[in-house]
Amino acid sequence: MIEDMKAEDIVGEYKETILQLYGSIARVVLYTEIETPYPDGKLIVSTTSPEGIITHVNRSFVEMSGYSADELIGSPHSILRHPDMPSVAFKDLWDTLARGEKWQGYVKNLRKDGGYYWVKATVIPNIRNGRLVSYTSVRRKPSRSKVEECCKLYPTLF
Amino acid sequence: MVAQTMTLHFTVSPDFSPDYIPGWYIFNTWFQRHTGEAIHLEMYDHFSSQRAAIQEDKIDMIYANPFDAAMLVREKGFAPLVRAKDVADEAIIAVNINSPVEDVADLVPGVRVASTDDPDVRLMGMILLEPGDLDGNNIESVTVDNYILLAKHLLKGDADVGIFLAEAFDGLSTVIKRQLKILVRSQIGVVHHALMVGPALRERRDELQQLLVDMDQDEKGRGVLASLGYSAWQRVDDEEMEFMIDLMDTLNT
Repeated sequence: MIEDMKAEDIVGEYKETILQLYGSIARVVLYTEIETPYPDGKLIVSTTSPEGIITHVNRSFVEMSGYSADELIGSPHSILRHPDMPSVAFKDLWDTLARGEKWQGYVKNLRKDGGYYWVKATVIPNIRNGRLVSYTSVRRKPSRSKVEECCKLYPTLF
Repeated sequence: MVAQTMTLHFTVSPDFSPDYIPGWYIFNTWFQRHTGEAIHLEMYDHFSSQRAAIQEDKIDMIYANPFDAAMLVREKGFAPLVRAKDVADEAIIAVNINSPVEDVADLVPGVRVASTDDPDVRLMGMILLEPGDLDGNNIESVTVDNYILLAKHLLKGDADVGIFLAEAFDGLSTVIKRQLKILVRSQIGVVHHALMVGPALRERRDELQQLLVDMDQDEKGRGVLASLGYSAWQRVDDEEMEFMIDLMDTLNT
């Protein structure tokens, strides 16, 4: 399940909005303008079920998202969805994966404390014995120039 | 004991440290003694010649680079046995100590990037260069035979940036390391070499895994492991290997 964000978890001044997530879930989201830089040399790795429920996270995921592993596992991956991300980006992600292909893109993720971090994300379908069993998502440090391009492009996609 | 008539072929990823060549021969002797198999250890100088041997089905057991794991599992029917305990492949990006570059983001297209032909380290290194908007299309690649030559290229100014296996960088002499500057060190943790068996040994997989996992339980076994620079083996199951293959696949995109 995915819970609304709580004011006591937020660091700094925040705005509030309601995000419509996949599966008719409405989530109250609180967000700030505080960026956490992507750590050098690390990868954020997670695995989800075919339905997008998180089943595995690595330590970097826990550190960057601000959630504990227990909070992440069992939650939809959209727990990281930031209101500045256009839904068309995620539609492209799911359409690409549905074709059995890899998806790659630049994503602004929402932290538990309301802050954000940018990633270059690659998601691949995990096929075992010809059957889709899960998805693996690997995030790495994006270049600043790509992030700046996305900061200009994404607001035009709403 | 059943007499063995067929000689099997074992090989080691060519990126192993030269210090451990005798260790692999000692390991092969130990392995033959404990399994009753006749196994010839064949060392290749380059990944290309080793891959050609794999394609021709000349290899039955391999200590494999993670980059080759997908091909071994999916095309050649190999299965993982074990990995070295607490050992992971990591990459370092370094420059000459006198270079004005302090961050990967300071690097510019056209930069000369030196690496060996070690495929997983090069892949990880290129990912570490991405925050500087660098990729295979806008760098000048310089390939060298080993990590000592790579360091020399940086010291002599024959390359601007080097991609090192972290373990190899850490093993350079203090004098050389003092003349180099690390820009970034990967902390991936889940990319590792693995000892794998092909179809000829697959039926004995469980037994071989147990034999290797127990290797550090007696003094002789520990001595053989030490000659490879390892403390113990740990089991690699199919799902762990599939996960690493998927991970390498995402990095290779």
